[in-house]
Amino acid sequence: MSGKNIREKGIQSLLFLSGTVAVVALFLLCIFLFREGILLFEDYPVSSFLTNTKWFPTASPPIFGLLPLLLGSLIVTAGAIMFSVPLGIAAAIYISELANPRISSILKPVTEILAGIPSVVFGFFGLVILAPVVQRTLEIPTGQTALTGSIMLGIMALPTIISISEDAISSVPRSIKEGSLALGSTKWQTIYRVTVPAALSGISAAVMLGIGRAIGETMTVMMVTGNSAVIPGFPSGLFAPVRTMTATIALEMGEVPQGSDHFHALFAVGSVLFITTFIINILANYVKRRYRFNL
Amino acid sequence: MSKQFIRNIAISSIVLVILMSAFAGVGCVDQESEDGESGITEDAVSGSIIVKGSDTVLPLSQAAAEDFMMENPDASVTVIGGGSGVGIAALIDGEVEIAMASRTMKDSEIQNAQNNGINPVEHVIAWDGIAVVVNPENPIKELTFDQLKSIYDGSVSNWQELGGEDRPITAITRDSSSGTYGYFREEVLLNEEYRQDALVQPATGAIVQEIAQNRGAIGYIGFAYLDESTTALALDAGSGFIEPTPQNIISRDYPLARPLHYYTDGEPDGLTKEFIDYVMSPTGQDITSDVGYFPVM
Repeated sequence: MSGKNIREKGIQSLLFLSGTVAVVALFLLCIFLFREGILLFEDYPVSSFLTNTKWFPTASPPIFGLLPLLLGSLIVTAGAIMFSVPLGIAAAIYISELANPRISSILKPVTEILAGIPSVVFGFFGLVILAPVVQRTLEIPTGQTALTGSIMLGIMALPTIISISEDAISSVPRSIKEGSLALGSTKWQTIYRVTVPAALSGISAAVMLGIGRAIGETMTVMMVTGNSAVIPGFPSGLFAPVRTMTATIALEMGEVPQGSDHFHALFAVGSVLFITTFIINILANYVKRRYRFNL
Repeated sequence: MSKQFIRNIAISSIVLVILMSAFAGVGCVDQESEDGESGITEDAVSGSIIVKGSDTVLPLSQAAAEDFMMENPDASVTVIGGGSGVGIAALIDGEVEIAMASRTMKDSEIQNAQNNGINPVEHVIAWDGIAVVVNPENPIKELTFDQLKSIYDGSVSNWQELGGEDRPITAITRDSSSGTYGYFREEVLLNEEYRQDALVQPATGAIVQEIAQNRGAIGYIGFAYLDESTTALALDAGSGFIEPTPQNIISRDYPLARPLHYYTDGEPDGLTKEFIDYVMSPTGQDITSDVGYFPVM
């Protein structure tokens, strides 16, 4: 009996350890990221990091201005939202409300397969197919622009947005929809005035998770946005090359001397990126929990 | 009850297998390095060395290492990329026998090495040419260094100002971790900064891709990457226009030619010496030409 007890306890604690691996990993990563990032500010003023408009990491003296990278990330993400949110929500409404079950049973898994395509494949597609199209249609000097990155990121964020919004829309109770139809509203009025507002919390969470995915994406963005560290105008910046925070880290980490200011600056950029996605994820969770539909 | 017992046994044996394979891996690594050490002291053409560094030199070292190991089955030459800085840092830490570099060591790196008891010795193993390329439809076929500098520092933004067609210039560079980025900045920009709105590409292939489809684009790439999708320009560094041809690089007339280096700790001996001798031998220099670089003569 006691032998069995010990075994039970042993297995339990083993599983407990496995369960906490993610938490421990996150915790250690945070400490490492922030510690390396903060070391930059021993030699380089925080105010300059946050407000300087130039990113010249290998000049002497080097200039580490976060602004072009932060704004680059923001404009690409904003563009991605403009593409993926209307399209994603429309697709979710179609799949859960309008499509006949046979079609939606094909559409949903196919959408999810889209999420499984490696980002380098998206990047390659964007570079070879989309960039020339963008350049020719808009007659701009280069097709590697924020817009190209936004379109690719929009496509990549679609599966997240569609699948979570679809879950939210189909979990709206039948009784509400039937009530609306019984009062004489048309199918479209019911969707527009009843179903979608009722599922809004889930849809907002879907959008935020989609944004989180877009802002952290690296490979695709690095391959198609041209990576010029300039402050983008809005909306004209959409049609010019930009450099995101993720691309900067990926481009420059390769050969930066360990322990140098440049090394720490990249970690500082990484910390900013981490904090941004962390806030977005917390907001998404909060919205999802706070406005959960309960009847 | 017994079913559960069997399941538990199954789970623990799986865990055990995983643990064992993990430790088996550790064992292997240990053994290899021991073999390597004893190999070097006993016999020159057996044992193992690690060559690490510049991605520019990587294809050359890889091809040479493959042929070298084919001829000397007991020897193991591991070639790792990562960039010139990474390779030099590994040499300073005593982790590798040979560091590959597409640039010379900086004073600070030599200082660091000496502080660590490492005495870096330079070997020029090949020459690389950097071609300045434009779209084949661009009428411009030659540029002076001053013109090239004005394109890359941002003072000229339209081909018209250089006698070409009325079209904005898209200047393309590599990322700052590339040795070529540093070399070009030193030679052409005279250590000034690149223009802020230059396109930054993570790989040479991406530069070729962009130039092939963009009539206003200009970039710099290694000679190994030249093909009919781009046109290489003749350059004038003050002594007349020099065509970008292999002959002009071998004769050192072409202004953007740079040596590729191996660095060792002290004069090489044992397998390290054998390998470097192999790379410098006529066979090794043929391999050099095959991968698109130019022999040291």
